[in-house]
Amino acid sequence: MNDRTAAAIEAEGLVRVFKKGPRAVDGIDLQVAPGEVYGFLGPNGAGKSTTVHMLTTLLPPTDGTARVAGFDILSDGAQVRTAIGAALQEAALDPFLTGREHMRFQAALHGLPRELRRQRGDDLLERLGLTDAADRKVGGYSGGMKRRLDLALALVHEPSILFLDEPTTGLDPQSRTALWEEVQRLVADRGVTVFLTTQYLEEADVLARRIGIIDHGQIVAEGTPNALKAQIGRPSVEAIPAEPDDLGRVIAVLERFGQPVPGTPRGTTVRLSGDDASLADVVRALDAEELQVEHLQLHQPTLNDVFLAQTGRSLEGARQDEHAREEAQRAAAA
Amino acid sequence: MSSTLALQIGTVAQRSVLRTLRQPAMVVPALLFPMLLLAINAGGLDSATGLPGFPTDSYLTFALALTFLQGTMFAAMSAGTNVATDIETGFFNRLSLTPLRRVALLVGQLSGVIVLALIQATTFLVVGLTAGAGLEAGPLGIPVIVAISLLSTLGFGSLGALVALRTGSGETVQGLFPLMFAALFLSSMALPRNLIEIDWFRTVATWNPVSYMLEGIRSVLIDGWNGEALALGFLTSGGLAALALAAASSALRTRMARE
Repeated sequence: MNDRTAAAIEAEGLVRVFKKGPRAVDGIDLQVAPGEVYGFLGPNGAGKSTTVHMLTTLLPPTDGTARVAGFDILSDGAQVRTAIGAALQEAALDPFLTGREHMRFQAALHGLPRELRRQRGDDLLERLGLTDAADRKVGGYSGGMKRRLDLALALVHEPSILFLDEPTTGLDPQSRTALWEEVQRLVADRGVTVFLTTQYLEEADVLARRIGIIDHGQIVAEGTPNALKAQIGRPSVEAIPAEPDDLGRVIAVLERFGQPVPGTPRGTTVRLSGDDASLADVVRALDAEELQVEHLQLHQPTLNDVFLAQTGRSLEGARQDEHAREEAQRAAAA
Repeated sequence: MSSTLALQIGTVAQRSVLRTLRQPAMVVPALLFPMLLLAINAGGLDSATGLPGFPTDSYLTFALALTFLQGTMFAAMSAGTNVATDIETGFFNRLSLTPLRRVALLVGQLSGVIVLALIQATTFLVVGLTAGAGLEAGPLGIPVIVAISLLSTLGFGSLGALVALRTGSGETVQGLFPLMFAALFLSSMALPRNLIEIDWFRTVATWNPVSYMLEGIRSVLIDGWNGEALALGFLTSGGLAALALAAASSALRTRMARE
């Protein structure tokens, strides 16, 4: 890494405007320390992938500067590419080549000596559980296998910084967990810096030491998962009455304990405001009013609550909005 | 050439060749259709050899040159489609994230179609000569035919790559195919230019570089060693290759958007 900076990744005022399009990235400032896993959390279309494309030199920024491994992404692109590995949103693989051929191909392009190409490729295939499928054409791989091969390819030249753009989107839970374990192992054993974009709250929570929440091209919150949740403060209580007609009375009882927050339409949710208010107090109050509930749950603050507090929407809702917008665009185009 | 550049070209070329050869749907039509057209033309147009001034009494020999150019155009589509697929699937981004040099990427990518063109040229020669076509220049004419054929493939292949790099769309590359065939049909593919009676057609065929590529190959089959026809054949195929390669390289620079 270049001595000029201590940060593995730093960006200042990064902007990307597409022709006839929105400001996909709208003034992002970032600092990621060496060996840190930084989670970039946001819904589809928030600007996550565009940011990754700029930081990996695939896309020049419209404005702003960024340094990766101490090298400027515009003037030192070759050095940046040597220092980084990237598994982008689509596992870009050639369906006509085998897994082993992919590894040799990638290793050769990075200039590894012939013997090392073979050894490194075979080691990575084994580590990611692909040895048995190594000589099969990639066209027949499952989604999880393709993702694992994509990760192996990103690691073949032992980069110090790894960009993972939604690495587990579309994967089954088992494949997702396996990939998380591999990322955690890389960080623990080799001190690799990981810049991870995701739209999954759990993924960001499990993997990232620090999280940036991005929406409409801007970072709306940043910090450790615990610090971000602490900003939200108290937990919330959700109640769904057993009789739908009792909803008004249930709302009235719960509002004695805190402020309403968006939740299920069949019930009500409040963020507990009193220092000593607890789920037991809520139960007692409902009981005193002879109200029966079908569902009563205490929620500790989540990253979704953080997203909700910062943007006024839940991350799930934002995904649905985005999906609806894409559907509308497709319909308009048709 | 530095060893790094040679390794990069070799690596991309190896992938391109493997990828091409593993797609029978790309290889088989490129071999079969030109030979099918050859068989139809040789059978159906043989009476054209009776025209005063027709350069040979074997239409098979005359038409054999066409197979090389037709094969070349299939190869060009293959080159363009492969590049477009790489862009569409994101594989191009993977390549862009390595220290791969532009020239290595382009030359390597085109190597697959050069190999395909070599297989085609060899097959067409073997089939044509076995079927009774003449080779007036003798065995030394074979490398000359192959050379013009490969240069044409490089030219049209670079055109395919250029369109793919500019548009990033396999469909647009496919749209080139009718245009290339129009260029073929508006050349001296069916008759020598001096025997084309329709003025505008003869004018178009005279300005069409494809005519000279055909006539370069045809001269080796029919005339022996015709310096002018060969010079024009090499000039047009080499010129197209140089221009299209330069344009494709420029498009690649834009596409990779580096520095």
